[in-house]
Amino acid sequence: MSPNPTRRHLLKMAATTAALAATGCRNETLEMFVNTRLQEMDPAQLARRLAALERRYSEQFDREVTVAGTPALPDVVFGYGLDLSRCNGNRACVYACIEENNQSRGSASGDDARAIHWITVLEMDEARGVDLDHSDPYYDSETVPAPGKHYFPVQCQQCENAPCVKVCPVKATWAEDDGIVVVDYDHCIGCRCCVAACPYGARHFNWSEPRLPADELNPTTHVLGNRPRPQGVVEKCTFCIQRTRAGKFPACHDACPTGARVFGNLLDPNSAIRQLIARKRVFIFKSELNTLPRFFYFYG
Amino acid sequence: MSFLHAFRRFSSRSLSVGLRGSPAYLAWLVCCVVMIAIGAYAYSHQLRVGLAATGMRDQVSWGFYIGNFTMLVGVAAAAVILVIPAYVYHWKPIKEIVILGELLAISAIVMCMLFVTVDLGRPERLLHIIPLIGTTNVPSSLLGWDVIVLNGYFLLNLSVVTYMLVSLFRGRQPNPRIFMPMVLLSIPAAVAIHSVTAFVYNGLPGRPFWNAAILAPRFLVSAFCSGPAVMLIVLQILQRSTRIKLKREAIWKIAELMAYAMFVNLFFLGAEVFKEVYSDTHHLKHLEYLFVGLEGKTALVPWAWTSVALNVIAFVLFLVPRTRKDVRTLNIGCVMIFAGVFIEKGIGLVVPGFTPSVLGEIYEYSPTWTEIGVSLGIFGVGALLFTFTSRVAIAVTNGELVMRPDTVA
Repeated sequence: MSPNPTRRHLLKMAATTAALAATGCRNETLEMFVNTRLQEMDPAQLARRLAALERRYSEQFDREVTVAGTPALPDVVFGYGLDLSRCNGNRACVYACIEENNQSRGSASGDDARAIHWITVLEMDEARGVDLDHSDPYYDSETVPAPGKHYFPVQCQQCENAPCVKVCPVKATWAEDDGIVVVDYDHCIGCRCCVAACPYGARHFNWSEPRLPADELNPTTHVLGNRPRPQGVVEKCTFCIQRTRAGKFPACHDACPTGARVFGNLLDPNSAIRQLIARKRVFIFKSELNTLPRFFYFYG
Repeated sequence: MSFLHAFRRFSSRSLSVGLRGSPAYLAWLVCCVVMIAIGAYAYSHQLRVGLAATGMRDQVSWGFYIGNFTMLVGVAAAAVILVIPAYVYHWKPIKEIVILGELLAISAIVMCMLFVTVDLGRPERLLHIIPLIGTTNVPSSLLGWDVIVLNGYFLLNLSVVTYMLVSLFRGRQPNPRIFMPMVLLSIPAAVAIHSVTAFVYNGLPGRPFWNAAILAPRFLVSAFCSGPAVMLIVLQILQRSTRIKLKREAIWKIAELMAYAMFVNLFFLGAEVFKEVYSDTHHLKHLEYLFVGLEGKTALVPWAWTSVALNVIAFVLFLVPRTRKDVRTLNIGCVMIFAGVFIEKGIGLVVPGFTPSVLGEIYEYSPTWTEIGVSLGIFGVGALLFTFTSRVAIAVTNGELVMRPDTVA
């Protein structure tokens, strides 16, 4: 890594401006300046981009990093269920997510600009139900559950009618065919309209250069998911796109010690998530906003 | 001789005129340059450490920059809207009012664009948002629309003043059949830039503080207060330092119109406060944070009440004919209105929309020195641009800067 990445960017920008003026056409060196979005790349372009990213990350972290571009599987739309009766606020999901998805490390106190958590667990009063105004995301009790408290984990709800996608001024975020809302980190300009639009606090901005030590890196990545992110772009939960498109469960699902999490294909009537919706009564978070989440809460 | 040829001569001559002037004028130029230098230093720091150098975080993800942007869109819109009463009441010198209003609009729009740019996490990718070059997400994204209307408005105003000034420079009267359609078009465009900017906030149902239909109307009426306030001060400075003579009645009429606008602004605020307080739902939290604070966090409270007090006092000053016609109270009123709207549309609009956050957290935002420094620099750019261009414009309109026959090639 250059000690001064921003200056490097600026120099590169000046160089590409000159190149643009001189050649008047698009080529690889212009990519960062007038970028082609991952969503509109043909397979050959995507393969070149993936190879370039693998080289860059392997060099940056001095170990082999793979960057997959696995597309959405046919006839799959992912859905998630969460049992609020079982969740005891242990935050195993939060930490499994950080490790799996290469989130920037930092203290969780809320004022560390580097810390990014895709899952927020809110501690709430039992007597108030789901009441955000009296919730605490920074609870720090010796043991969980604390007396009189219940817990409400929040992550990206992968909305069918996603406000974040609608407001993005540069088409840097979209919903894939399997329902996963993704961000193109090479295209995002960092305006944070999506952060303002998301009713679930599920979008997170890299306020500074992410802190990701090489020995803590998960080298198995997806281009639309857990690959290392640069400073100044937005990121979010992707239902572990690198795992779920490879037939595995999300990391938070496997990490949950209470078995509160249910995951599966909403288009398959025999999947765990469809069985859950058929047998239990579920509710969606902030249903009045018509975001149509694919994340279902229930009391088991 | 072609218009283009005259434009080239005009550009080189105006540079030397703009850099000449009284010691006070030159001192002001130096002051602007110092502000820009401070801004450049602060921005280089922000580029190094990222937007972590600001007070913004995920909970309050827009702050002082976007607040200033919003307020300045209002100034840009209202400066041009002054053209309407200028025509209706046949104010002299209407040509100067039109030119200066458009120059103020241009300077304000440049500041708007700079405020949006310094707020970006990846400023080098700015072109992604530009229509035709980038991947502007219209019709879906309101920020995409905002970029289109702001750039359109900028080009429109730039065309009008360039045409008028170069024509006068050539010793010809500008042809109203050419510039009037553009001036008239700039009036709905002024309303459009302000409405679209309001809709950027308004269209976020997850943020109830902004998701109210009164937002765009409130934006417009508050702009009708702050924009003319700047123009009134500017016109008086010019009246003292140049040969331009304004009819006193014109200034009084502007002040009277501002009083009506401020009345509507205060009425809209009252309507909003009533709805939230009487309903007493979860949505009240944001207004509470602004005016009384939440859980002991009261950073905005003194600002909010200062803004209301400034607006109310200025309203009274402009309503009472005696204080409206007294130059001292008139100017005090202008400064009060500008400060009142600056607080209301700057910090007072943006931050409470994010506080409490969508998950109920109360993160108390306040701008850092980096943000204040960068903003100072941008105001310096705007002030320098406006000073310089209006100096040239005045020189042209009073015949000091004309293309002499002996300079014709």
